[in-house]
Amino acid sequence: MHGIGEGVPRKDAWEKVTGQAEYVSDLALPGMLSARIVRSPYAHAWIRGIKTDAARSVAGVVAVVTADDLVGIDPFYGAAFKDQPILAMGRVRYEGEPVVAVVASDEWAAEAGAQAVEVDYEPLPAVLSLDAALAPGAVLVHEEQLRPAGHFHDLSDLAGRQGNIVHDFHFRRGQEPDAIFARPGVTVFEDTVTYPMVHHAALEPYACLADWQGGELTVHTSTQTPFTVRQELAEIFSLALSRVRVVVPYVGGAFGGKCYTKIEPLAVALSRHCGAPVQLCLSSAEAFRTARKPSARVRVRTGVRSDGTIVARHVEVHYVLGAYADVGPRVTQKAGYVALGPYRVPNARIDAYGVYTNTVPAVAFRGYGVPQLVLGYELQTERMADALGLDPQELRRRNLLRPGERYSPDDAPVDANLKQDLEQAAGADWAAVLDEPHTGRGIAISLKSTGAPFVSHAVVRLRADGSATLLASTVEIGQGARTVLPQIVSTALDIPVDQVRMLEPDTAVTPYDQATSSSRSTTLSGLACQRAANDVKEQLREIAGRAWGIDPTQVTVAAGGLAHGERTMTYAEAVRAKFGMNGGEIVGKGSYVGEVGDMPLKGITPFWETGAASVAVRVDPETGEVTVLKARSVADVGKAIHPDLVRGQDEGGLVMGFGHALYEEMAYADGQLVNGNLIDYRVPGFGDVPDSLETVIVENQDGPGPMGAKGVGEGSTTVAAAAIAAAVYRATGVVLGDLPLTPEKIWRAMLGVKARETLREAVQEEVGRIGS
Amino acid sequence: MKAPRLELHMRVNGRAVALEIEPRELLIDVLRNRLGLTGTKKSCDVEVCGACTVLVDGKTVSSCTYLAFECEGRDVQTIEGLADGETLHPIQQAFVDHQGLQCGFCTPGMIMATKALLDENPDPSVPEIKAYMRGNICRCTGYHAIVTSIQHAARETARS
Repeated sequence: MHGIGEGVPRKDAWEKVTGQAEYVSDLALPGMLSARIVRSPYAHAWIRGIKTDAARSVAGVVAVVTADDLVGIDPFYGAAFKDQPILAMGRVRYEGEPVVAVVASDEWAAEAGAQAVEVDYEPLPAVLSLDAALAPGAVLVHEEQLRPAGHFHDLSDLAGRQGNIVHDFHFRRGQEPDAIFARPGVTVFEDTVTYPMVHHAALEPYACLADWQGGELTVHTSTQTPFTVRQELAEIFSLALSRVRVVVPYVGGAFGGKCYTKIEPLAVALSRHCGAPVQLCLSSAEAFRTARKPSARVRVRTGVRSDGTIVARHVEVHYVLGAYADVGPRVTQKAGYVALGPYRVPNARIDAYGVYTNTVPAVAFRGYGVPQLVLGYELQTERMADALGLDPQELRRRNLLRPGERYSPDDAPVDANLKQDLEQAAGADWAAVLDEPHTGRGIAISLKSTGAPFVSHAVVRLRADGSATLLASTVEIGQGARTVLPQIVSTALDIPVDQVRMLEPDTAVTPYDQATSSSRSTTLSGLACQRAANDVKEQLREIAGRAWGIDPTQVTVAAGGLAHGERTMTYAEAVRAKFGMNGGEIVGKGSYVGEVGDMPLKGITPFWETGAASVAVRVDPETGEVTVLKARSVADVGKAIHPDLVRGQDEGGLVMGFGHALYEEMAYADGQLVNGNLIDYRVPGFGDVPDSLETVIVENQDGPGPMGAKGVGEGSTTVAAAAIAAAVYRATGVVLGDLPLTPEKIWRAMLGVKARETLREAVQEEVGRIGS
Repeated sequence: MKAPRLELHMRVNGRAVALEIEPRELLIDVLRNRLGLTGTKKSCDVEVCGACTVLVDGKTVSSCTYLAFECEGRDVQTIEGLADGETLHPIQQAFVDHQGLQCGFCTPGMIMATKALLDENPDPSVPEIKAYMRGNICRCTGYHAIVTSIQHAARETARS
């Protein structure tokens, strides 16, 4: 009836398979105008002048808007710092930055207008790489005093800029690792890996429909964070929160890329300027120039004893955040915090930095900075095990945190059995694939903090007929929230799940929810929904108790009704008893509020998300091409409320990580993104996925969510690339941590190995000859 | 200067349609903006992602790069024409039953490409499915569930 642990049909499935599901680009309002953006062709330049006359005279063009037209508002936004202008002001900081917007009666007129705009630039030297950004005397991407946005409790101590470093985070435990490294009996391993710039490539590019009506604002937008968007729009346009309504229809993929404000301020500014609804739908190529994942360089130094016990670790990570900070500073510290991995490290030092460059702004991306780190520490785990003559799994088992052990003293204990996850990932029959030549299997395991305080509210309205409406602001981004959250409510009320309907998020109607992110919704929004349903049940008990003249605690709730001894009452009868008519409703409220404290992230993590995967590959010895033969991933979810949806999240996240490992990289030449489209930028397709792709669901009911659930959706992404890199190492003997592992890189590295082997053989022959 | 216009007569989901269009109009624009058939999705603009896949005379076409006037006298099928009222087509039902979708943005194109596949080859092997579907990208599922959905759709289609 509720489908817990079995699954029910997705509630959005019918609309999605019939083409009826509406996304922002499918919406239309009377009198709606279209907009096109003129973007910077330079990575860094002064804007000397903008000629708009020709554009204004294009038939159908209503307005040509530049930064000069953004009057009477605070034209900056940003999740961490308000450093990003709605339209470039005097200076552009990356190729693709919006400079001018043209509004017209339709998309073609807007496009023709955009092509008629002339912008005069004076190019400036740009910083395009991490090393260039950190070099002494480097060009500064931002020179102004940065304004913290104040959206996050855990970013309350944002200091701002030192050179191009926009934020840093440091964590220390025990003694300085360098002191431990120098001790006798400690072997030190050092690895540096790099993770490229990659793009979310959600199939639905960014889209927003803004309708400004005399200070009453309605925005339909493709976002994971309707309430943060509302907050920022209210601040930019000086509106009361109650006058900003953000509505989120179906979202066509997000993966972190639709967290926090993106194109909404521009769409609203255009609607305000033109006095009409304006729809701004970006192309896929423009989406590439809107957001990406933070690229990273990770340096891991680890000291181990000969038995494989880790005694000290120092991780230094630089996240390259691009031209505007977005939420990059939060990625820097939240990921930086867990840079030690799922291991017990008594002496540790973490130095994490977020760095500006003249590239596309880096934002949240599935895994939130952790996949970059896992690549570093797990590739090293494999290498350490070989050097010490240990089985890599044994080395991991020796150091993995135990259930209940603490990653850091003030944070929540680990609520997962990591050894079990590792065994499950390693399990199954690998011999068949690994018997073939040029094959290898890699394993990776990770730990991710869901960190920082979180707030979710929910409202359940029990209708007069006993059915229920759920108001919660979790966004349906494909993960199945509009199925799982009703399942939780239907279980609590013990009514069929098809009697519970969940509405789309609408900040004017549905209650506050901080974000659809961090794999948090089933667990935390789920708790709020469960509590709201329980609140309804309490009220129903009181009604029955009063009707029967007994204490409400004596009333039992089951099978969609109330009972005490022989007496029973349906929910519908209870509502009628309360209001004396066939109408009215019972409104229940529920909340989840995270725990705040004085710890590195200022809040106790509600749960730990883990990732563990095992991947077998074949590497073509002639070409260096990698084929993924078999993959097995572990989703340690506490309780799978909807196992099929858990598998969907886990498999999708794993395959997304395969793309990062093997093909995906935003390529820059002379400051310009040269592969910002889906032809030149290759994402995994049907042919790239092994026939044997398996998700093992681990259910120990050890999560804080409803029925012991905890989050899923990012774990497999955190380990995918690391497992592939490890498998390539096993197949070829080359340690390559410079993603993506293209055939050319692997081929070159294999040649290097061969050359060394040949040399060694030659030397041994020579030594043998001399000896005899 | 007024843009030249031309007459377009085609059948869309079995219904005769007559429109005056500009030569430059793309099939996707005519379907979405003129006929209100927004189930066909616009994504990559360059014929590689398959979100805009429709069938023209039974063959898959990327409507994002297909000039509408090329449909003169032809038969266009979109996702909206697949179900029989409230009853889903077996392919649609298979995608529902086997989790062949998540965000849903690639789904209409995926289902239309599957329709063309099964019309051509009612009993495809897994390698045949993967080869035929190469023109469709899904960023959510990792494809495994879509392949399973297509296998079940083939079985159901053969049965019905």
